[in-house]
Amino acid sequence: MKLSYQIATRFLKSALTQTLIIILGIGIGVSVQIFIGSLIQGLQKSLVNTTIGNAAHVSVTDDDDGFIEDYEAVIRSAVDADDRIVAASPVLNASVLIEKDGESQSLLIRGFDLQKAEGIYEFSEYLDEGAMPKADGEVLLGVIARDNFELSVGDTISLITPDKRTVECTVSGFFDYKVAAPNESWCITTLPTVQAIFELDDVASAIEFQVDQDLVFEADAVAKNVSAAIASGSDTLVVGEWKEANEQLLSGLQGQSISSIMIQVFVMISVVLGIASVLAITVMQKSRQIGILKAMGIRNGSSSLIFLFQGLILGIFGAIAGVLLGLGLSFAFTTFALNPDGTPVVPLYIDPAFIALSAAIAVVACVVASLIPARKSSVLNPIDIIRNQ
Amino acid sequence: MSNILELKNINKIYGTTVKTQVLYDINLGFKEGSFNSIIGQSGSGKSTLMNIMGTLDTPTSGDVVVDGVITSGMRASQLASYRNRSIGFVFQFHYLLPEFTALENVLMPYRIGHKTVPKETTDRAKELMKLVGLEKVMNNNATQMSGGQQQRTAIARALLNQPKMILADEPTGNLDSLSTGTIYDLLRDINERFGTTFIIITHDRKIAEKADRIIEITDGRINMDLMKNN
Repeated sequence: MKLSYQIATRFLKSALTQTLIIILGIGIGVSVQIFIGSLIQGLQKSLVNTTIGNAAHVSVTDDDDGFIEDYEAVIRSAVDADDRIVAASPVLNASVLIEKDGESQSLLIRGFDLQKAEGIYEFSEYLDEGAMPKADGEVLLGVIARDNFELSVGDTISLITPDKRTVECTVSGFFDYKVAAPNESWCITTLPTVQAIFELDDVASAIEFQVDQDLVFEADAVAKNVSAAIASGSDTLVVGEWKEANEQLLSGLQGQSISSIMIQVFVMISVVLGIASVLAITVMQKSRQIGILKAMGIRNGSSSLIFLFQGLILGIFGAIAGVLLGLGLSFAFTTFALNPDGTPVVPLYIDPAFIALSAAIAVVACVVASLIPARKSSVLNPIDIIRNQ
Repeated sequence: MSNILELKNINKIYGTTVKTQVLYDINLGFKEGSFNSIIGQSGSGKSTLMNIMGTLDTPTSGDVVVDGVITSGMRASQLASYRNRSIGFVFQFHYLLPEFTALENVLMPYRIGHKTVPKETTDRAKELMKLVGLEKVMNNNATQMSGGQQQRTAIARALLNQPKMILADEPTGNLDSLSTGTIYDLLRDINERFGTTFIIITHDRKIAEKADRIIEITDGRINMDLMKNN
């Protein structure tokens, strides 16, 4: 084994240019794999984040009268049931009309436990001006609503409820989620404010949960756990999650993943074919050496090991080169291809586990590719070499 | 003395559609410690005979018997280890591994059979390099030596495992007459010192005459088998 390894390294060193070219070839294959993989993962993360990053991943609603009375208990049992939940807040949603100078528009007034809901909606992150509502009767509006009604921080607005009562609120600030719908029609305030406007007891219309950012695709499993945990409390509560509401997005993501895997598979296949053919030629180049080694009594197994070792060595160095190239490419891409605001055009997601997997696949592929030359070396008959001197 | 190698009714036919018989009913026995030469015109079948004696090739019919064992019954791995232990090959074209130094080439037969190389073996390899007059160039790469030096390295390599038998096919075929003389003296010297059996193939009668026994092959048959009486 040691001899086979030494012969393999000597063979590789003796044709250094050829060896370096093969390593470069493998490296480029691996780097493309890493780059494409990171790109697609990054795109997906950013897409998922834009779509559901600031939305409830799992929500509990009441099927009966639309109100959940003992929402604190539901939150407690749900959070206890699944530790993937990172934030939970009760919310009371209702429709109101905003009216100013004869113009009116409908708003979705959303009363949260602001502190808890911060974990889901990151209000302070998206606050464009002003401050968070501190007292009851204070609300946040979106920047589109601000522009439509020419509002500024501290203004008093009139909200008209469906049963035609007018309530006055103070605007404490404006948010900008960079998405038209909430910017135009959300009115964010505290839970007691909405309860007071609609003259309700301490109830919520829904409970929203945020799942750990890296585990958003497990929302269905979380929903199942939550459902099981709260079933004993009430049989009218319904648990929903983002995946069932976003089937199109999911199928889009899946299509993207499949095409990414296809690209990676074909890149790997071409790398394998390349190595296999180059190594097969090496067997021809080195057939004299193999022949004399066999005449001197090297076993067929050891003579194939030489080429398996070559594949392994080329694979390891190729994978290292590929990881370096791939990371370099990704770094260059995120450093030089920028939006006007300095953020990368395409966000890359560098996942060490994915990179390690790509490298490992490359090494395995190279060893597999060397099976053909190894077999050739094994069946090579020394007499053919000696006779054809 | 007993026979170290015996050939019994050896026939060799090449080709399946167009058959060419190269060897016809060869019967030969070689005594341990003897110094033999096989001569013949090119194409007479002497190289084929040597390849069969060295278990590199198989006869179409007939038996090769080494140490009383018929080789046709041995598995590939058994044959490989038999060659490794018992036979030293010296070919017309030296067949050194150009990726290794002269000394590493000499050590190769030992490394094929063993996992590690003890110091005594390395010392013996160096001793052999000295014997063939190459102690100064033993760390040179095989490609950085003259043809004569490479051939002498191949001889040292053939001797390393202290084989009972050395098979040499035109060992001086592509060397000048001065180197040829040196190498034959060397082979004789080794034969006398270690009692190694030599079977040397050559087409040069002058060289063959230095051996104890001259076998002439003509058109695949033994034409002459001459023992010299010392």
